Amino acid sequence: MTKKILFGKPKGFFDVYDRRPGIKDSTHYCPGCGHGILHKLIAEAVVDLGMQDDTIFICPVGCSVFGYYYFDMASISVPHGRAPAVATGLVRANPDCHVISYQGDGDLGAIGFNEFIQAANRGENIAVFFVNNGVYGMTGGQLAPTTLPGQKTLTSPYGRSVETEGYPLKVSEMVAALDSPVYVERVALTSPKNIRAGRQALRKALTYMKEKKGFSMVEFLVGCPVNLKKSTKDTDEWIENSVIPYFPLKCFKDIAAERKPKQSAVGIYDKLKVKNSLLETEKIHPFDESKVPVPAIEGELRIKCAGFGGQGILSLGMLIAEAGHLQNLKASWLPSYGPEMRGGTANCSVVLSRESIGSPIVKESDVLIAMNQPSIDRFSADLSGEGLLIYDSVNIKFDNPLKRKAYAIDASLIAKDTIGDVRCANSVMLGAFCEIVAAIGEKSFINSIYNNFQGKEKVIEMNLRAFEEGRKSARKLMQS
Amino acid sequence: MSEKNKIMLRGNDAVIYGALLAGCDCFFGYPITPANEIAHSAAALFPMLGRVFLQAESEIAAINMVLGASSAGRRSITASSGLGISLKQEGVSYLATMDLPAVIVDIMRGGPGLGNLGPEQGDYNQVVKGGGHGNYRCIVLAPNSPQEMCTLTMKAFELADKYRTPVYVLADALIGQMIESVSLPEPVDKKPIPDWATAGTAKYRKNFITSIYLDYDDLEQVNIKLQDKYQTIKDNEQLCESYMTDDAETVIICYGIVSRIAKSAVNMLREKGCKAGLLRPMTLFPYPVDEIRRLEKKISSFLCIELSNGQMLDDVRLSMKSRIPLHFYSRMGGNLPTEQDIIKKYLSVQDKKND
Repeated sequence: MTKKILFGKPKGFFDVYDRRPGIKDSTHYCPGCGHGILHKLIAEAVVDLGMQDDTIFICPVGCSVFGYYYFDMASISVPHGRAPAVATGLVRANPDCHVISYQGDGDLGAIGFNEFIQAANRGENIAVFFVNNGVYGMTGGQLAPTTLPGQKTLTSPYGRSVETEGYPLKVSEMVAALDSPVYVERVALTSPKNIRAGRQALRKALTYMKEKKGFSMVEFLVGCPVNLKKSTKDTDEWIENSVIPYFPLKCFKDIAAERKPKQSAVGIYDKLKVKNSLLETEKIHPFDESKVPVPAIEGELRIKCAGFGGQGILSLGMLIAEAGHLQNLKASWLPSYGPEMRGGTANCSVVLSRESIGSPIVKESDVLIAMNQPSIDRFSADLSGEGLLIYDSVNIKFDNPLKRKAYAIDASLIAKDTIGDVRCANSVMLGAFCEIVAAIGEKSFINSIYNNFQGKEKVIEMNLRAFEEGRKSARKLMQS
Repeated sequence: MSEKNKIMLRGNDAVIYGALLAGCDCFFGYPITPANEIAHSAAALFPMLGRVFLQAESEIAAINMVLGASSAGRRSITASSGLGISLKQEGVSYLATMDLPAVIVDIMRGGPGLGNLGPEQGDYNQVVKGGGHGNYRCIVLAPNSPQEMCTLTMKAFELADKYRTPVYVLADALIGQMIESVSLPEPVDKKPIPDWATAGTAKYRKNFITSIYLDYDDLEQVNIKLQDKYQTIKDNEQLCESYMTDDAETVIICYGIVSRIAKSAVNMLREKGCKAGLLRPMTLFPYPVDEIRRLEKKISSFLCIELSNGQMLDDVRLSMKSRIPLHFYSRMGGNLPTEQDIIKKYLSVQDKKND
């Protein structure tokens, strides 16, 4: 004779609650609590749908914080309101898992509404089960976003006033208005008929998640007899007579059939792919010291480039740094910051050295490249004793009071007339720097220009010409 | 010195290179200056390599997404600055209690409040001392170059997994913004999904990750276990760089961008014949107590320089056993000391000694 069990504990629950300290054979929920019914529906469904192994059950802050005591599933207990963000992390990291984000009305509707609505709007492949009992249960019965008008709680002792607290938050209506979610339904766990409808809704949400159709939410109207100070029977009647009229039971949205299953990238680390993409690229320079001699710089060569924003000052600095780098020097580049940005100059610091570099901020400079008047006024006094100055004589009048080595280059004019674009003045200055400082081979500067303007052939051609003109001009000055 | 795979990288970009080379699977973040380039690099490189990049709706969501991905057993990272880190603190406290590894990058800017975008070190207390609620600490690594932004981010992942704890990479706006030659290390070997994860297969069904312990004794045990972990970290993971300390009279203690300026200042002081040295903590928790105690026996004083109101100074003081003088110099609000400022302070300290 076969024995048929008509009623038994769903297989989604543990037989013995070993995750619970102390009592192992009963739950912590109060009599008549809605969580009990909903837990049972979930425990049945995950097993029936074959989802027990790959579902992670997220426990919120609230009475269901201990849900993991009972469900024979992997589980995480998360910060208040953040369940949909944690769920996002789980499914993005591992799109093959399923996540139930189980949340109460305070958790979802108040402190965590942004996490909830944003996860919904991204269409995360998760199922949110929203338990709406109109009150904060775990903290002892305070006003919830879904507390009904006139309903008394510990923090609305005279009844919820729509004047001061506004109307209850209609979560299902709000989330259904978004384009991304596929399924939104409100059910009530009161009468057997309503519970059957709730069971169907819950299974539908889980099925859509299994099919990777995206975001589903089911709102469950349930009771909290202890905090409502009502008997179980009165609680159900109150839900039917007072809550449902405000929060109508309805399927607000069910468009899963129109949506294709999500195909998310699986974040799995592939060592070879990383090596090929990051280390085997053109950006990586294979240094061969026998072919590329390291320039014989003594100590640090500290360079300041300064001019108007738009003159390509930062690129000029970067081209110098890159050229040094290409000859296996240590090179640092730092854009102007904070107070230095005041006073009409954009500037950057470049340091080149054979040894590791100290401060990347150039105050006292060995070389100053100045491209406008405020720059030379401001920085020429900071030149070191043997320091040298290269300046754009089109924009600058300079009478060299401290008698520094100074080179006047008609950079803007050369760029405009000879090259045809004033924006190339920085490359004219680069050519002059190459010739005057003579620490780094011209090949490295040329490669630096190629790297910097990758792919833009016309720009490269113009800047190379400008670079050559700058060298020519500097040679002339040095000969005279 | 073997220097392969050299590339010019911005500090913030180097963080993402380090993360990718360390086998990081997920980046979650929210825009904030001066940490933005980290997210920009992640947005470009993570999807290219089949990894996950997601711009979260807030700092709070980002850290909780990290919590989710870490629970799934994947290496994950988030990055922010000052005020954004303040918002993440709740999540970090959970991560620490749940024994979840994670890497958090803080590119410090001027504070408090909305502050400004300049470099500061005012996040020291909120990052090094725990920051969120409860008795937890995080390992904190303090890079001072784009090179270390890469290698210390890699190390952060290694330590996070080794100790199952959140690890910070704490830098400032200038270390984040500067570009320097970086030698990229080889990528790490692929790591298996850890046994404790909620990784979504039958093997992992038994796992649950929580931080609530209603029983006082149970929670006390959790706390004691955490303190034991921190003691092991203190015993084994102190990192620092000592420069010119062998014969030094006064040793300057500083980290991040200040240590770069101070190194130049020490070189200048040496040229003047002053016996200056530099101690740069590379781990802020654990603090390099052993090196401070070794040095204090041979030197005449310490000079602590910070871009804060002396938040690290407390740790120097707590580390010291002797009564040699500990001097302090600071700039705040996004300002930096120059080499000359440091030299002047150093010399004034020497004068006091000779009085």
